[in-house]
Amino acid sequence: MFKVRVIPCLDVKDGRVVKGVNFVDLRDAGDPVEAAIAYDAAGADELCFLDITASHENRGTILDVVRRTAEACFMPLTVGGGVRTVDDIRALLQSGADKVSINTAAVNNRQFVAEAAEKFGNQCIVVAIDAKRVSPDGAPARWEIFTHGGRKPTGIDAVEYAKEVVALGAGEILLTSMDRDGTRAGFDIALTRAIADAVPVPVIASGGVGNLDHLVGGIRDGHATAVLAASIFHFGEHTIREAKQHMAAAGLPMRLDP
Amino acid sequence: MTVAIIDYGSGNLHSAAKAFERAARESGHDQPILVTRDPEAVRAADRVVLPGVGAFADCRRGLDAVTGMVEALEETVRRKGRPFLGICVGMQLMAERGREYEVTDGLGWIPGEVDRITPADPSLKIPHMGWNTLNALQPHPLLDGIPTGPDGLHAYFVHSYHLKAANRADLVAEVDYGGPVTAIVAHGTAAGTQFHPEKSQRLGLALIANFLRWAP
Repeated sequence: MFKVRVIPCLDVKDGRVVKGVNFVDLRDAGDPVEAAIAYDAAGADELCFLDITASHENRGTILDVVRRTAEACFMPLTVGGGVRTVDDIRALLQSGADKVSINTAAVNNRQFVAEAAEKFGNQCIVVAIDAKRVSPDGAPARWEIFTHGGRKPTGIDAVEYAKEVVALGAGEILLTSMDRDGTRAGFDIALTRAIADAVPVPVIASGGVGNLDHLVGGIRDGHATAVLAASIFHFGEHTIREAKQHMAAAGLPMRLDP
Repeated sequence: MTVAIIDYGSGNLHSAAKAFERAARESGHDQPILVTRDPEAVRAADRVVLPGVGAFADCRRGLDAVTGMVEALEETVRRKGRPFLGICVGMQLMAERGREYEVTDGLGWIPGEVDRITPADPSLKIPHMGWNTLNALQPHPLLDGIPTGPDGLHAYFVHSYHLKAANRADLVAEVDYGGPVTAIVAHGTAAGTQFHPEKSQRLGLALIANFLRWAP
């Protein structure tokens, strides 16, 4: 039976985990590879690295992290952050990433999605969508794409954009609600469902997870096929296994391999 | 004893090589793992692995672009009967032809075609991306000791097309995704998995270890 996925996401800057990860005793809580190995052992269904390295000179650090992770973890790995060219994608895939997520570069130039999917296959091209609700309360819900960490509006309708990038070759959508990100108030269910129901490819719900029921809601009510979370796992509030057992108890098909 | 993983420009083979090295070490069947694009190295190998990601036609073109590789595969696997494992599109290439974007000839080792997955339930997403349990249709050394069925271990899939084998005898395992989807095929000394054993944690390492000790 096909299972839904639970995906921990690590923010990585200059080759180090931002804020550290403290859910098990790691020798080095800032080493993304150690965190990846621990999540692999804990039963994560996939792993996601978001590279937030700002300076151009340090952009290569993520490649070394990906290479060392792929040597130690035999699980799927998605890497995003600052992916702007076909060469960026090639370098990440050759280092051992299975999927690469494209964000701003796709907003600026949709053809980049087509070019990437043509070169590497749509199975490894994820388009990351950062969306914010723009309709007033009471009006029919409408969301727009925002860039620059949710600060810059683009005027692009999120649902239309999702359909467009999928038609161009995106094999998966990583959908983050910028209204909910960091709030621990749960996923934006209406947004998740609007996009998941509009596209034929898998949608990963992201942004706002504060408890395990939120994970259930993202799948059951938001119609996502995977859920992504960061802090509830990194700081030991819940283990991956607890999350999956909770979701299984709520009736969702989960992979609980020993 | 050498295992040759064929490098024909289709994706990263580093993690596949690492998974084979680890399975070799842990299973006590330690043997050199060689990533190569040299047909002579394939002829000299005791086992051959053909990975593949992307589109069928692209992979076929990539394989053809390595001079002498298809001939080396035919000789080593088909005539000498050395164990072979195709992975994902590497497995699909065992079919007679693929129908992704365009009709392309495969190696023709397994009668059948590679065609789009069409789940009966329209809410199921394509690609089939994620973890699924295997339904074994017949025993096979590659599945030795691996729990299958609804309570079995999971394998990691990411694909939109699958190999529709013409003969049920060539089907070793399927998964259910709105209908049966081909997961493992085998014919003589050549076998293939639609899923990625190198990304399938426990099931994957166990299957690779089984391949390394397979003596058909």
